[in-house]
Formats: sequence, structure tokens, C-alpha cells
Amino acid sequence: MFNFGQWTSAFNNWLLGLGVADWLTVLIECVLIAVVILGVYTVLALFYILYERKLCAWFQCRLGPMRVGKWGLLQVFADMFKILIKELISLKGTDRFLFKLAPYLVITSSVVMLACLPWGNGLQIINWNIGIFFILAVSSVGVLGILLAGWSSNNKYTLIGAMRSGAQMVSYEISLGLAIMTIVVLAGTMDITTLVAEQEYGWFLFTGHLPALIAFVIYVIAATAETNRGPFDLPEAEHELTAGYHTEYSGIHFGFFYLAEYLNLFIVSGIASLMFLGGWMPLHVPGWDGFNMVMNWIPGPVWFLGKAFFISFVIIWFKWTFPRVRIDQMLAFEWKYLMPFSLANLVLMTVCVALGWHF
Amino acid sequence: MNLLCEISNGALSITATLTGIGLVFAALLIAKLISPKSYSVKKAEPYECGIPTRGESMIQFKAGYYIFAILFLLFDVEVVFLYPWATVMRSLGTQGLLCIAIFMFILILGLAYAWRKGALKWD
Repeated sequence: MFNFGQWTSAFNNWLLGLGVADWLTVLIECVLIAVVILGVYTVLALFYILYERKLCAWFQCRLGPMRVGKWGLLQVFADMFKILIKELISLKGTDRFLFKLAPYLVITSSVVMLACLPWGNGLQIINWNIGIFFILAVSSVGVLGILLAGWSSNNKYTLIGAMRSGAQMVSYEISLGLAIMTIVVLAGTMDITTLVAEQEYGWFLFTGHLPALIAFVIYVIAATAETNRGPFDLPEAEHELTAGYHTEYSGIHFGFFYLAEYLNLFIVSGIASLMFLGGWMPLHVPGWDGFNMVMNWIPGPVWFLGKAFFISFVIIWFKWTFPRVRIDQMLAFEWKYLMPFSLANLVLMTVCVALGWHF
Repeated sequence: MNLLCEISNGALSITATLTGIGLVFAALLIAKLISPKSYSVKKAEPYECGIPTRGESMIQFKAGYYIFAILFLLFDVEVVFLYPWATVMRSLGTQGLLCIAIFMFILILGLAYAWRKGALKWD
């Protein structure tokens, strides 16, 4: 498999060869990384806004944005510019420090998570050997931002929205963690690169027998709730709470929550693609050599992004298929059904691995 | 193998964090420079669908959320303990399986207790 690490090593050697000092090399590379992260973050967020708007429109037999640019492709740029030039309203009675701190937490957590996702072999920025665990830990910081945003706004709707969001995100985080742990048991590692490398001869969804399939279903449900989407979007149930925890944020302040929400959708889809669908590994069918050859021609990042966009499509699809649940139903579903099921599933996977029942 | 094998993961994590902070800071700065500014008493009021706000909003709130937060803490710690075990499960063998089974049994007992006590009921 082609290793993208060669490119960066070559670049590093080239810089050192020019006679640049060691510390300056590191600094230049860090700045370059920051630029890359910023670019990828913005492009992905803009793409996802258009992606969701178009999909929503098609689910409702509409066309979606069509006027600005060809097929409305420039609509998102217009929207973002408009958000940027809107006034930042400062409100009476808010907790100013927490009110301004909240967007920093939400955006930073999603940026760090994005930097942890490998797009191809060696094409990742942060690569801890506890990668997936690190992502889960960082994702908890986002919840903090949402809670702070709701609390500091001095508005009853935002308070209710933030409380619901907090309860929902922390509850479903357990199922999410247990579903991912099922795969960690199967793979025996938390390092994302190794996890994906182990799926070269079959994605975990297929090689993990029944428990991996159940874990995938649990993961997709929990991820939908974790991103406050679909049937679980009661933190921002429009007709009850105006806009939930970010009601009082205006202009680009609101834009940050909006961006982070779409990026979180990409991140949960990306994790699903890495954990269950083999990340950058191409689809192989045993015995079909010609087919496998053709599949090998498609580069890794395309596979990774394709799988991530597919999972996102499924999550957006949920939203237009299922009606919104109530808060008691949502919490009961997690604590009485999903969590015991994922615990049982973990035990099942442990038994499978201990007895060598996986492929 | 990370993108830049010469830089440690810690430094890269800090870079990513600073990027996030810088993104918010820069965007806010641009918005402050080009966005209009006006002040009115009505505009600074909290938006609660046009109805005048009554009383404080930072109040003592429904305790039900708090109970779920405590339950979450319990199970999140469980997940934190289970992750290292999941990584080395194969090499620990039967003894490790037995230990983790006892650990999980106690936790499930805790969940059953909370369930029985009505902590999972929402009213």
C-alpha cells in the first residue's frame, strides 16, 4: 500500500537540506499543518452544509439551492459571507466570559478530532497509539462547550436545550464507547492506523461475525444522537426551543456552532468508516481478482471519504424518516435498551474472540 | 507512521488545539471589523419568542438531568477501565476474562439497582 508518509519525509529532508535550523523546520511544518487543518476544516464544513441541504431537498422532492452558481454550488459561500458580516449582539445579563468561551471549546474539540482521523496510509496528523480513545476523550470537551453556551446565555430556552443536549450526549457516549470497544476487542489495538491495516483482507463489519454487525448498528444510532441529529434532535427542537442552546448567539458566533455540528457529523462518519468499513482499504471480494484489481486503482483517501459520506448520508436519511422522540423516550432508549445491549454485545464479541470464532 | 514522523504527537496535538483557537479568534476579529454595530435596549433582551422575560434564567434546574450525569460518570469510568483490558485481552487469557467478568457484574448490579430505584424514570 502506498505510504503518504514518504512525501512528508521528503519535504522534511528537503527543508533540512536547505540548511534550515532544526527548530525552524519544526516551526515551519507546524504552521503548514495548521494551514492544512484550517483548509480541510473549512472545505469539509462548506461541503457538508451543501450536502445536507441538497439531500434534505431531494428527500422532500424539492431542488434545494439552485440560484447561486451552477446547481447552487456557491450558495454556501454566500451564506458564510453573510454570517460573517452580521452584527455580534451583546446581550444583557449573560455571563460574558463563559458566553465567549463556549465557541472556542466546541470548535477546538472538533478541530483536534479532525486532525486525528487518517485519510490514507500515513496521511494523518496526530497519531497516538491510543488514537480512538483520544478521539473519544476530546469529543467530551465539545459537550462542555454546549453546556456552557446554554447556561451563560441567560435564556430559558437555551438552558433547557443545553441540559437536554448534555444529558443526551453523555448518555449516548457510553453506547458509542462500548460499540467502538467491541472493535478494539476484535482488533486488540487502539491505534487507528493498525486497526485499519488489520482490515486489509476483510473489513471488521464482515470479519467480526454477528457482534461487529450489531456494534455497527449501535454505533450509527449512538452517533446520530451524539451529533444531535435525526430523531434525536430535541436539543434544538425548533417549535419548542427556538434553536436550542445557540438561540442567543448571532452572526459568526452562531456560525461556529453550525460549523462544528457539521464537522462532528463528518467525524462520527469517519470513525465509523475507519472502525467498521476498513477506512482507506478498498472493497475486495474473495475470488474476483479482476474486480479487486480495479478496486485497488482507486486511491485510499477516495475510499475513506466515500465511506464517510455514505454513513453521513444514512444519518441525514434518518432525519427525514423518523419522527422526533421525547426526552424520556430518548433517555429510556439509551439506558434500558441500547446500553445493556451494547454491554451484552461486548460480552458476545469477547466470547467470539476467546474461542476464535471470527474470520 | 504519522504525517510528520519527526514531530512528536504532543506537539502536533498542541498545534491542532492552537489552530482551533486561532480559527475562532481570527474569524471573530474579521467579524468585529466588518460587521455593523448598534445598540438598543430591546435588542439586548433575551429572545424568548417575543414574550417579556420573567425572572432569572440561571436557576436551580430539574434534578433528573443530574441523576443521569451521575450514572454517566459511573459507566464512563467503567468504559475507561475496559479499554486497556480490551487492548490486551488476548494475552491476559482466562484469568483476565474472569476478573473483567466480576468487574462488569458489579457494574451491571449497579445499573440494576439504579433501575429498580427508579433513577431511569423521567417524570
